[in-house]
Amino acid sequence: MSDIVFLIALCALVTYLTRIGGHLVLSRFGAINHRVEAALNAVPVAVLTALVAPSVATQGLAEAVAIPVTALIGLRKSLVVSVSGGMICLLALRAIGS
Amino acid sequence: MCIHDEAPSTSQEPTTTSTFLVDVKDGARDALPILFALVPFSAVFGAVAMERGLSLGELLFASMSIFAVASQYVMLDLFGQKVPVWSIVLAVLAVNFRHVLYSAAIGRHMRGFSGPQKVLAFFFLSDPQYAASENRAAGPGLRPAYYFAYAATVYLTWISANVIGALFGSLIENPAAFGFDFILPLYFMGLVVGFHTRPGFLPVLVTSASLSLAVYFTLGSPWHITLGGLGGLAIAAALSTPRKATIDV
Repeated sequence: MSDIVFLIALCALVTYLTRIGGHLVLSRFGAINHRVEAALNAVPVAVLTALVAPSVATQGLAEAVAIPVTALIGLRKSLVVSVSGGMICLLALRAIGS
Repeated sequence: MCIHDEAPSTSQEPTTTSTFLVDVKDGARDALPILFALVPFSAVFGAVAMERGLSLGELLFASMSIFAVASQYVMLDLFGQKVPVWSIVLAVLAVNFRHVLYSAAIGRHMRGFSGPQKVLAFFFLSDPQYAASENRAAGPGLRPAYYFAYAATVYLTWISANVIGALFGSLIENPAAFGFDFILPLYFMGLVVGFHTRPGFLPVLVTSASLSLAVYFTLGSPWHITLGGLGGLAIAAALSTPRKATIDV
């Protein structure tokens, strides 16, 4: 087996372990504490926000505006509308800026 | 949201079939918007991998078995620098650590999945897969048909675009030209806001965003994802009161 194939196999294994690991660990516990429950309910907001935050601060004005605009539209409208609105805002600002 | 079949059914079988078909259709439909972002990025990865000297077979093996583009870039990059294998694997673990949290959170909504279905489902647990699945679980409920329809749409597109990029790498336009580079952040932002009725939404959002930025500019990427995320979870746990725990969202 060549070096790269061995490396790929290891990376695939590690990636899969992270994807199933959280569930395997959690399912060892029967009833979970309300604080753990609250933390798990916050995972989508907490982790996705942490993922996106640098895009607001490091990309430029158009990006810094488009993300909050998407968020504000998303408070009232569906996902398709908010993402489309954010895209239109982004493209418009990029067109003006360039 | 709630779709019933046109004709009243005489047994339970037709209803189940129609739920299944609606799930499959919704799963594929919900994946469509991110394909605009996925296609150019997968193609670019295919092109870069060939440039770095991978064969088409090795590229396919990587993309089919790892299926996590950020960590594949890290792997490719470090492999070129001749650093020890263990440190590459550690870097991949760091980039992918957020999946542990996705896994623990979404596993609670997989009651309708059989054992083998779960084993397969966790393989496909990418960022958009997780976000869409949480969204589905909060609405009509997360069933295997929805999950796997979404996963198949993303996975097949990812592999195809990889191959196209590997074969026609030189023809690829800069993804930023059409704003495609930014669909994913907007998509994630849109999904995050969709959860604004969850307890502690604003404190969690503010904590995760500020901590993520602080870590991003000090320790650097990829730690901002895991540490920013954990900060938000800590706030959610701290704000929790016992009775809320019984509400299944």
